[in-house]
Amino acid sequence: MTQNKFNSTELSLNAKLQILTLAYENKASHIGGALSIVDVLAVLYSSVLNYNIADSKDEKRDRLFYSKGHCCTALYAILAEVGFYEKTALDGFTKDGSYFTSHVNSKVPGIELSTGSLGHALSVACGVAIAGKRKNADWKTYCILSDGELNEGSNWEAILFAAHHNLDNLTVIIDFNKIQSFGRVEEVIKLEPLAAKFESFGFEVFEIDGHNHSEIFETLSGKKYTTQKPKVIIANTVKGKGVLFMENKLAWHYKSPSEAEYNEAINFIKSNN
Amino acid sequence: MRTAFIKQLVEEAEHNESIFLLVGDLGFSVVEPFAEKFPDRFLNVGIAEQNMTGIAAGLAKEGYNVFTYSIGNFPTLRCLEQIRYDVCYHNLSVKIVAVGGGYSYGPLGASHHTTEDIGTLRTIPNITVCSPGDPLEAKAITTMLCNSSSPGYLRLGKAGETIVHNELSLDSNKMIPVIEGKETVVLATGGILAYAKNYITQNNLDWGLYSVPIIKPFDETTLETLANKYPNFITIEEHQLSSGFGSAVLESINNLYFNKKIKTFPNLRRIGIPDIFIDYAGSQDFLRNEAGLRF
Repeated sequence: MTQNKFNSTELSLNAKLQILTLAYENKASHIGGALSIVDVLAVLYSSVLNYNIADSKDEKRDRLFYSKGHCCTALYAILAEVGFYEKTALDGFTKDGSYFTSHVNSKVPGIELSTGSLGHALSVACGVAIAGKRKNADWKTYCILSDGELNEGSNWEAILFAAHHNLDNLTVIIDFNKIQSFGRVEEVIKLEPLAAKFESFGFEVFEIDGHNHSEIFETLSGKKYTTQKPKVIIANTVKGKGVLFMENKLAWHYKSPSEAEYNEAINFIKSNN
Repeated sequence: MRTAFIKQLVEEAEHNESIFLLVGDLGFSVVEPFAEKFPDRFLNVGIAEQNMTGIAAGLAKEGYNVFTYSIGNFPTLRCLEQIRYDVCYHNLSVKIVAVGGGYSYGPLGASHHTTEDIGTLRTIPNITVCSPGDPLEAKAITTMLCNSSSPGYLRLGKAGETIVHNELSLDSNKMIPVIEGKETVVLATGGILAYAKNYITQNNLDWGLYSVPIIKPFDETTLETLANKYPNFITIEEHQLSSGFGSAVLESINNLYFNKKIKTFPNLRRIGIPDIFIDYAGSQDFLRNEAGLRF
C-alpha cells in the first residue's frame, strides 16, 4: 500500500502540465474541468488514499470512483505520476487501439469504473460501500462528481440511499466549478443551496476551497468528521484553474489549445507554482 | 414461475454465499423467504431502479452474484443504460429478474405490459437472455444463473403457470424438445409455451414443439438439426415481433443458410405482437388473443 509518498504540490504541478499537453497534442476537450479537480486528486493520491501500484485490485485498497469521466486527463495524469503505469503510456491517449479513451476506462490500471455517462458512478460506489459494510472492511469508498452532473436524477436516488444506510465509509466529492456543459450552473439548473440540500438529505457536509491543499487534506483526512453519516465535500473550484485565460470560461469545456495558447498556458502553470 | 424462482434462489443461497438479492420495493409475499433467511444478503433499495442496478454493479465488483428483482419494464427499460454500461460493459455478475413477462399483468395497463424487454436486452453484449416457459424451466435457469459470473436476464411470468414438462434437465443453452413431429416445428419461448403445447395436442397436429428458454446465446446447433428435418417453422412469443425471439431465430437461420450449414431456407412464420400497444384492460389470455398471438 502506498501513502504519503508524494508531495501534493509537485503532483498537482506535473499533472497540470500533462493535462495541457494531452489536450494540446490530441486536440482533446475538458481542460477546464480537469484543472478544477486536479488539486483534489493530487491530495487524495499523495496523502489520503490507500492504493497499491503493483496490484491495482488489491483487496485492501480504497475505492475511488470518478464519475466525471470526461475530465479523464486529470486522473490519467495523476495515476501515471504515482506509478500505476509509465508516463509514456499516455502517448496512446485517444489513439487507435488505446485503452486511454477520453472518458476514463477501467481497462487502465487504477481506474475502478469506466464512466462517461453522467450519474452512474455514485450508485456503483454505494453498492461497493454496502459491500464494505457487510464485510466489515476497513477500506473507504470515494466518488468524485461534477456539479452539472447533479442534474441527473439517478444521483439523488443514490444520495437518498447512502444517507438511509448511514454509509459513513462513503465520501462524495463535488467539483463545484459552477460551469456545466452549456452554461453556468445557476443559469441551467441551479443547485444552491447545495450544502443545505445535502444536509437535509442526511449527509455530513464540508465546504472547502478545492485548490487549497492543506484544507483539502484536513477535510479528507477525516479529522473533522463527527457523525456516522456519509460525507460530502463540496469543493469550491475554478474551472480552468491556474491558466488565467481559461479560468471561468465555458469555452474551455470544449476547446483544445492552439500552439500559442498551449505555450502560454504552460507558462502560467509554471509561474504560478 | 416467480415462486419457482425464489424457492430455487433460497436453495442455491444456502450453499452459495455470494448470492445477493436486491428488490425495488416489490416482491411482497414472494421474496420474504430469502429476506428472512439471508438478511445480510438482501436489500430493498426502494423505488429506484437506476440506483438498484448501479448498486448491483458495485456489489458484483466486490464479489457478489447479485439478483435485481422488480416488475417487467422497471428493472429493464427504466435503467437500460445502467444495465448496458455499469453491468454489461464491465461484464459483472448481475442477474436482472423481471416478473410479469408479456401480458402477465394484463389488467394493469400498458405500463405493466412487458413486451420489448427481450429485443432491447439481447442487443447488449455479454448478457445471457432467458425466458423460461414453465416453472421447471424457471427453476433450472435460476440454478444456471446462480452459477454464472456474467450478466443475465431472467424474464418470468407471474405465479401459477402450468407445468409443461414432466421432468427437465437443462443442458447449457440447448432448446428443449417437447413434442416430435413432421413437416412443421414450433419454437416457443416464455409462458406461451403451454398454449402452444395445448393447441398442438388438442388439434392432433403432427407438429414438433421445442421450448427455447435461452434466447441469447442462441442454440444454433439444435436449430441446424431442426432445419434439416422440418421445412416449416413457426415461432411464438409474447413480445413485439421486432427484434424479439422470432427475429433471433430468423437471424440464426440466415447465419446457417449463409454459412451453407442448411441447404434450403425454411418457411418461417413468426407469431408475436405486431408493433402495437394495447390500451385497454384484459386478462393475459384475452390480450394474447387481441394481439394475434394465436396459431
